[in-house]
Amino acid sequence: MTAIRTEGLTKRYGSLVVVDGVDLEVGDGDRYGFLGPNGSGKTTTVRMLLGLVHPTAGSLEVLGDARLKRALAEVGAIVEAPAAYGHVSGRKNLALFDAAGPGGSRRTRRRRIEEALETVGLAGVGKRPVKAYSLGMRQRLGLAAALLRRPRLLILDEPGNGLDPQGTREIRDLLFGLNAAGTTLFISSHLLAEVEALCTRVGVLDRGRLVIQDALSALRQETGRVLVRTPDAAAAVALLDGRITARDGDRLMVTAPDVALLNSQLVTAGLRIAELRSEVRSLEDVVLEVTGPGSDRLA
Amino acid sequence: MILTELRKLFRRPRTWMALFLLDALPTVVAIFVAVTKVGPRPGEGPAFLSAVLSNGALFPAAALAIVLPLFLPISVAVVAGDAIAGEASGGTLRYLLARPVGRTRLLVAKLVSAVAFIVVAVVLVAATAFVVGAHLFGVHPLPALSGGPPLSGPAATSRIALTVVYVGWSMLGVAAVALFLSTVTDSALGAALGALAVLVASQVLVVLDAAAAIRPYLPTRYWLAFVDLFRTPIFWHDIVRGVALQGVYVIVLLGFAWANFSSKDITS
Repeated sequence: MTAIRTEGLTKRYGSLVVVDGVDLEVGDGDRYGFLGPNGSGKTTTVRMLLGLVHPTAGSLEVLGDARLKRALAEVGAIVEAPAAYGHVSGRKNLALFDAAGPGGSRRTRRRRIEEALETVGLAGVGKRPVKAYSLGMRQRLGLAAALLRRPRLLILDEPGNGLDPQGTREIRDLLFGLNAAGTTLFISSHLLAEVEALCTRVGVLDRGRLVIQDALSALRQETGRVLVRTPDAAAAVALLDGRITARDGDRLMVTAPDVALLNSQLVTAGLRIAELRSEVRSLEDVVLEVTGPGSDRLA
Repeated sequence: MILTELRKLFRRPRTWMALFLLDALPTVVAIFVAVTKVGPRPGEGPAFLSAVLSNGALFPAAALAIVLPLFLPISVAVVAGDAIAGEASGGTLRYLLARPVGRTRLLVAKLVSAVAFIVVAVVLVAATAFVVGAHLFGVHPLPALSGGPPLSGPAATSRIALTVVYVGWSMLGVAAVALFLSTVTDSALGAALGALAVLVASQVLVVLDAAAAIRPYLPTRYWLAFVDLFRTPIFWHDIVRGVALQGVYVIVLLGFAWANFSSKDITS
């Protein structure tokens, strides 16, 4: 079963095409990173998945159900910034939110709220109203709201906003744990490092089109270049004449289709090798290669 | 969902502040009138106020007449205008709808909570006014406005009750305007002020003889017709028209609100 499947998903505002024929496929249990520059249509796509924006064309299916309203009962979401009623406490907010829709048993509500607050690290927050929360606390409260009914699918738009490095790591570990227990993660972000650390599959949106959708490991291919660090750099340069593309002190960048062969060549010649590592394309390289500038750049 | 909305409404300090102010104004008026014994001259000032001096039992009707032109519609417009737009500007609308709460359901729940506010406000104003009136002016059988035997006990109470219902029904029209505007804009203030603008425009046109042709269709035209409830026999003509006219406004505007909200892209 797929957690999210869209076919030809399109959103047009007048003549402006914001999302253009997107075919998403997010498998059950995936940790899916949804990337793209600002204005590439990520948020509009997320809003269509949550039934907030009506698609102009195309179909979508969430948790194997084309009737979005039913499927969403098992989805937890953060859309852009978290939001809550400022004049009541976080607990009351969660209770109101849980009571508002289907799928949240009243009998277990109190317990689920305490568990969710515990999970996101807000158990000791007390009765203070949400307007007195910091940005990071609001983000945690938003995540608690998303987790209240133990959803099978989490759709998170920029979940790391407002968190410090410790908080980011903590939430990432939390998400790993949830995923290991079977929750599918769909994370929309423009923080490539965050997605790289968390996700196994990525989709990249550029000007409304899905330009890449693949496993992260498949995208991060070797570039065919090898980093060699050796105290005998001069000898290595002489040996590998013409294959050195860059040198920085004892670090050499060598073009070598076969890393093992290069290694044996160097060792046979009696060179001392401190480090030998094939260069892998970073997610940033991949994304920058396939996307144009964001819509906020008006050159 | 409806219970959640009611809880939200009555947990807000603002709701209680509005109710308090609604009660305070007629009470202040009553105290001034009672202390000075100076009532407005007949035919001027709020309806019934001059008669209150001799009979506190009329004060609930007078109190409603005092808050009807401005205070009551403002508070109703603020509550109903906040319904959808307030959630939108606070960012909670997208979470509610993704929860998922059906849009029709949410709109109905908001309407019910607006109605609850109207009922509480109108009943509270009338009840407070009865207590205040009885203490300051004493209670006697109501004199009928157009002669005839005075209304005593149960008859007077039922007339006051009808007044409460009629005023509440008129306010439902205000709520419908504000609720519709609340689905159009993401600004709660904009929706409330928009509804008030409609009412002010209507009040201006009602007294303008040049606009006599459209007068019977203006939303505020029959608001003060509740005065006719105190005639013997009750003069139903304007009351019935008022009820029907508000009914049309309510149905049409709620229809617009529903059509707009259920087809709208939520980008807030």
